[in-house]
Amino acid sequence: MPRKTFDIGLVVEELSILDESGRADAALDPKLPEATLLKMHRFMLLTRKLDERMIMMQRQGQMGTFAPGRGQEAVQIGSILPLRSEDWYSPSYRSFGAQLWRGWTIDQLLLLWAGYFEGFGLPEGVNDMPMSIVIGSHVPVAVGLGMSINYRGGDQVVLVNFGDGASSEGDVSEALNFAAVYKAPVIFLCENNGYAISVPFQKQCGVRSLAQRGIGFGMPSLRVDGNDVLAMAAATQEAVDRARRHEGPTFIEAVTFRMEMHTTADDPKVYRSDEEVRRWEKKDPIMRFETYLKSRGLLNDAGIDRVAAEIEEELRVARDRFAARAVQRPEEVFDFHYAVMPEELAAQKREYLADLQQALAEGK
Amino acid sequence: MAMMNLVEALNLALDECLRERPEALIMGEDVGVDGGVFRVTKGLIEKYGAKRVVDTPLAEAGIIGTAIGMAAAGLRPVAEIQFSGFTYQAFHQIEQNMARLRNRTRGRLSVPMVMRAPYGGGIRAVEHHSESREAYWVHTPGLKVVIPSSPRAGRALLRTAILEDDPVIFYEPKAIYRAFKEDVPEAPETWPVGRARTLRDGDAITIVAWGAMTRPALDAAGELADVHDVHAEVLDLQWLKPMDTEALVASVRRTGRVVIVHEAPKTCGVGAEVAARIVEYALDHLEAPIRRVAGHDIVFPFFQVERFYLPDAARITRAVLETLQY
Repeated sequence: MPRKTFDIGLVVEELSILDESGRADAALDPKLPEATLLKMHRFMLLTRKLDERMIMMQRQGQMGTFAPGRGQEAVQIGSILPLRSEDWYSPSYRSFGAQLWRGWTIDQLLLLWAGYFEGFGLPEGVNDMPMSIVIGSHVPVAVGLGMSINYRGGDQVVLVNFGDGASSEGDVSEALNFAAVYKAPVIFLCENNGYAISVPFQKQCGVRSLAQRGIGFGMPSLRVDGNDVLAMAAATQEAVDRARRHEGPTFIEAVTFRMEMHTTADDPKVYRSDEEVRRWEKKDPIMRFETYLKSRGLLNDAGIDRVAAEIEEELRVARDRFAARAVQRPEEVFDFHYAVMPEELAAQKREYLADLQQALAEGK
Repeated sequence: MAMMNLVEALNLALDECLRERPEALIMGEDVGVDGGVFRVTKGLIEKYGAKRVVDTPLAEAGIIGTAIGMAAAGLRPVAEIQFSGFTYQAFHQIEQNMARLRNRTRGRLSVPMVMRAPYGGGIRAVEHHSESREAYWVHTPGLKVVIPSSPRAGRALLRTAILEDDPVIFYEPKAIYRAFKEDVPEAPETWPVGRARTLRDGDAITIVAWGAMTRPALDAAGELADVHDVHAEVLDLQWLKPMDTEALVASVRRTGRVVIVHEAPKTCGVGAEVAARIVEYALDHLEAPIRRVAGHDIVFPFFQVERFYLPDAARITRAVLETLQY
């Protein structure tokens, strides 16, 4: 037969466990322990409330420009759940939820986004990368981390988080290809939140699902309801297990929606309708998860209120800690460039410190 | 001691580092089975296996990006970019991650990797195989940049670069890969980071060069001595970042005159920084304006006429004589 279908051995599967009203598909329910479910709920709520708090602080001039993630909490918390502390996590700049889960303190995140270099300090006890600013540039590096695991042996994995916009970057394609060639233990978590600043998914690419990208490079790929925390947890667990078994990378497209502006410097009304945003409100990941938790008798309204109040208090305390730590340290800008500072840089530093003293004396 | 050319000396340095350091590995296009298009990695995959001498897909950002990740995880990758003209495809990885991961993790992670790439003209190559863009990397905080000018220097400086805990750009003057042999000592050497070396002593003028340009500089110095009785000092800068300001200033204090030679375009070439430092720290000792014998601000010419573009001994000699007559 001269012309026939060539079987590449891979198909795009779609996974959803909680429906929009919060009912779980019993056969697919990952049956997570109750304490884990409640912890997930708390971190989703914390992520949202931190977002709200930071937007407020930004509007009051206490915070720099940052990227809120309301609506994407299920992607963050579901995907980070299967990771162990010794695994590598490489976040995007909208990964607060997963970062909190990994042990970033709230005051640390506030410091970072308020423009204090101290905020770049990584938490102890976990293998986290700094968040990525230049879109997609962290993805090849994450694959390199995965290749180092193969080099040394062991069953660590790497989870790397990026967006639909990043999927257009050449770096992401090169990274996917390297991971597939070397069977690197990497989970590519592509968080498709509908918009890359103003450009909608339909204008970003010509595929119906970004999961096709993974297939295109020869790795198992899954399209997941990103507003369904159980589906995110199950999908990522499956990918992590595969990586730990040394069976290579997985691509996960988490379909979600950015409910807020791209960053606090952005006005989404310019490029999208309220009606579109309202449609996604009905799929709110926290609401759906709470319905599920209630249906299982794990949480009631009073319980939710209690968690919310505890989080508010946690945020208040963290904000005070942040205020105490928010100290300008202009003398440290020369640090952390080289293992040992070369003399030519040390000379510049001496000059800078003299200027600094002068500037401070003049009350700059 | 053994006589060897630059390719053999670089191969020896890689061999020694792979033998001594289990965390060291080589990666790049055609570096394994093929031994590299210039044969710098020849025979290493047979010795160390495909895990440590890694043939990569044809993707420069992928090579440098994954090498950065491996280095951040504590390995010591030596990544080869086949020609420096292909490093543009990895430019962003070098700038955004390689050079600053230490800084953006407040010192938690570092990138102890080397990016090797052959640079420069003079081998009758096709477009984008001849340029000298070392100045890009000198401009990027967090990097170190070194260019050897002989087999012994190549072996010592590559080893030094691999053992550094910071990312190093290691440019190889491919025009002199096989141009001459030099005695290379039995025991591996490391040379101090940021140090220039004097290739020829003299008191009349200082000729500053690096990489392949040290050859016409030495030729010119020979002719100047033989024909004109002018004794030029030839300073091989070696490290473009950090730069040996002390050696530059000390030499200019002795000679009072300077000619800087490089094949990169003149404007904002590393020669401009060399001149600036001499003016900043040794102006009182200058007896004539600093001259630059450099490439021009043009696209590198096709190879039928590249010899007119590249600085040669005649141009250097003329610049020296004019500087002396100032």
